[in-house]
Amino acid sequence: MKKSEQVAGNVASYIDDRTGAAGWAKKNLTKVFPDHWSFMLGEIALYSFVILLLSGTFLTFWFDPSQQEVVYNGTYAPLSHVTMSASYASTLHISFDVRGGLLMRQIHHWAALIFMAAIVVHLLRVFFTGAFRKPREANWLIGIGLLTLGIVEGFLGYSLPDDLLSGTGIRIAEAIIQAIPVVGSYLAFFAFGGAFPGHVFIPRIYIVHVLLLPGIFLALITVHLMLVWYQKHTQYPGPGRKETNVVGYPLMPVYMAKAGGFFFIVFGVTAFLGAVASINPIWLYGPYTPGQISAGSQPDWYMGWLDGLVRMAPPLETHAFGHTISWNILIPGLIIPGILFTGMALYPFIESWISGDKNEHHLLDRPRNVPNRTALGAMSLSFMLISLINGGNDVIATHFHLTINGIMWFTRFGLFIVPPIVFIITKRICLSLQRADREIVLHGRETGRLVMTPAGEFLEVHEELTPEQKWTLTQHAQPAALALPSEDAHGTRSKSAGIKGKLRARMSEANASQVAAPTAEQAKELEGGHH
Amino acid sequence: MRVNRFRRNKFAGPVLVVAALLTIGSAFSIASALPSAQKTEVSAQSTLVDEGKQIFLKGCSSCHGLNAEGGAIAPSLIGVGAAAVDFQVGTGRMPMADMSQQAMRKKPIYDAKQTAALAAYVASLAPGPATVDPTSLTWERDGNVAQGGELFRTNCAMCHNFAAQGGALTNGKYAPTLMGVEPQHIYEAMITGPQSMPKFSDKTITPAEKLSIIKWIKSAQSEPAIGGASLGRVGPVTEGLLIWTFGLGLLIAVAVWLATKAR
Ligand code: HEC
Ligand code: HEC
Ligand code: HEM
Repeated sequence: MKKSEQVAGNVASYIDDRTGAAGWAKKNLTKVFPDHWSFMLGEIALYSFVILLLSGTFLTFWFDPSQQEVVYNGTYAPLSHVTMSASYASTLHISFDVRGGLLMRQIHHWAALIFMAAIVVHLLRVFFTGAFRKPREANWLIGIGLLTLGIVEGFLGYSLPDDLLSGTGIRIAEAIIQAIPVVGSYLAFFAFGGAFPGHVFIPRIYIVHVLLLPGIFLALITVHLMLVWYQKHTQYPGPGRKETNVVGYPLMPVYMAKAGGFFFIVFGVTAFLGAVASINPIWLYGPYTPGQISAGSQPDWYMGWLDGLVRMAPPLETHAFGHTISWNILIPGLIIPGILFTGMALYPFIESWISGDKNEHHLLDRPRNVPNRTALGAMSLSFMLISLINGGNDVIATHFHLTINGIMWFTRFGLFIVPPIVFIITKRICLSLQRADREIVLHGRETGRLVMTPAGEFLEVHEELTPEQKWTLTQHAQPAALALPSEDAHGTRSKSAGIKGKLRARMSEANASQVAAPTAEQAKELEGGHH
Repeated sequence: MRVNRFRRNKFAGPVLVVAALLTIGSAFSIASALPSAQKTEVSAQSTLVDEGKQIFLKGCSSCHGLNAEGGAIAPSLIGVGAAAVDFQVGTGRMPMADMSQQAMRKKPIYDAKQTAALAAYVASLAPGPATVDPTSLTWERDGNVAQGGELFRTNCAMCHNFAAQGGALTNGKYAPTLMGVEPQHIYEAMITGPQSMPKFSDKTITPAEKLSIIKWIKSAQSEPAIGGASLGRVGPVTEGLLIWTFGLGLLIAVAVWLATKAR
């Protein structure tokens, strides 16, 4: 043994003797991870969070979160001698006078957009494959928490530079706070330390943005990943993959190498965007002044749907007991998002209540095999998309020569009409995909080759699927609907059979509508060889 | 030295004023002593008006009426002034091509001389703001970019967007982009207030401030793309679009590639 190897060995056994690390490492570093591109979406979110931490820390060295008025005398001539807040001036300073400052600002902001987009597609993957089912409900809830806090964190970041656009956003946030009945105006007064815009808001949200929320993020992300670790990753159905095993690659070295490489790719894409595409050019927006506003003021995309809802709300107010209730802000700004996010958070529990399914699941669903859930997801997406379209109505109007009013009316009606249609269509598509699966399993794949039988008939050759392929297409369970609990064995109405019971039975029935998958015998029959 | 001593003299001021008045006075008397010169100017002016009237009858009267008194589809032009005509015709908005939401900017149909004739004709109907002489717009020398920016954000950005890229108004109307608009037409737009745009009198925005606004618009136009591609300077919408298409698209493509790679 060489000297150096000896030293290394000694160090290793020193650590192992004291921590038992070798056993830990053997158990955990060989842990297996399944391999699918859609399992890397969460990683994109994770890596962009790391990029946000690094670039954000860089920004804190120069950013001055103060609404103190200063006169600008930096290098950006079109703003020289303009009075502005210190936070705006310091953001200008970062952009023009700090080496690499503008690049870092742009990387930070692009990373924020990628972070939120990755969270959303990650969530969609989890939703459509049913990865949120028992025992992973807790991680679903943490995910919803991360999404919600991400929106807040992004909005606060967007508000920090105190440019015209962020001021406009804060103003809308203030209006939403004020719209909360009874306590709204007190809450707003409390948040702004007096009248809008005041002098304390930016210092306050700064601490929330750089300390409080990142801390919560770190904690939640840690728990999120630990749960993935202990509950093991789900996997797509396939030959050899069971509820009780995980098929994939060991964490060390294959998965780690890939993950490490992927981090640098995410970093590379973000840095590339930061270098070649301008984002949030605050020097063009100018400093925030309450009297000013720009045409086409928009929030970042992850708030765009909310803005779109607020924009399409018809003016509706009631006056009661000396209070004004602004429904036109309250409904789109608080009530609808509240319903959406609560519904999203509770969805795993709602689904298992409807289906009566209390089993653990480690194999993922193919979306087509759960038509109701898939249709519901598509429907919710269409709702969000329509709201988002209205959020950009002014920019869309000028670029596609449409009218703002036209877009607004389209989205007002579309919001109620399109999602149900999307639901029906998606469900039908799922069912026909199931039917196609059944056809293929039972009759093989059409090859397009024609052969002539001795009797002179022409037949198309159907190529039979391999047993593995058949397994993949038929392995899923198709639970029956819950029995209507309205009548018990004696024909008398049971207690639980109120409206709730009926509703549950009806939904369960809709949930269970499936094209029957071929049974194992039916699938085997083919091997007997007709066709 | 000499000049200095002269200027220190307490009579210097009054003497200068008298001298200046004398010069101006004599210049005037010489001018009025040349009646023939003035006459040719007047007649040149009236032929210009006549010429303008002819063009007007052919090109504009179908909508604006034979005497520019207005009609069912177009407003009266009496009192709008030469500046309005110079702006509308000089930017190609008039004659209006189709009666859509708003007269659109297009390639002008009339040349500078014909435009001047039309302007002279409309100005002869009733007094109104005169055509702006481009050489009198000393924005490059006298304008203040920073002040212009503040004025622009206060008075114009709500319609024309923070970077003068244009924006949508209600009912399909829009405030156009101001990139590439002649300084003369920017000035005229402010004093005449075309269509949905308000008029900015010299009281609300002084002539000097107008020069500053022009200077800011021109500086925004010539500003290099700081920080990379500008994405149209319309705010977060294009940024969001880019992240969902290029940004996330590329990352997902890489994820798919990585997942197939190590098989
Ligand atoms: C097809 C009809 C049509 C023709 C032809 C037309 N105009 Fe117009 N013009 C209009 C309409 C309509 C408006 C009002 C635009 C608006 O306010 O939306 C207008 C507005 C104007 C204005 C602005 C008035 C103001 O209040 O500032 C001027 C100046 C003008 N036209 C000049 C002309 C001249 C000069 C011509 C001929 C070269 C002409 N127009 C030809 C339809 C026409
Ligand atoms: C209420 C919205 C509104 C405001 C405020 C406004 N504009 Fe406009 N502006 C318009 C509209 C609408 C048009 C298009 C008029 C037309 O097509 O005839 C326009 C046209 C113009 C044009 C002509 C552009 C071209 O393509 O020829 C200029 C220049 C202009 N505006 C400058 C300004 C300036 C400078 C200010 C601020 C001092 C300002 N505007 C404020 C709505 C506005
Ligand atoms: C999930 C995490 C985060 C998100 C979504 C996010 C988002 C944003 C956004 C959108 C901005 C506006 C930037 C601009 O365009 O100028 C911003 C600004 C800022 N962020 Fe973050 N951020 C996050 C985490 C952090 C962290 C961890 C830090 C510091 C430790 C930080 C520090 C800052 C600072 C100092 C600014 C203001 C400076 C500037 O605007 O140039 N951020 N953030």
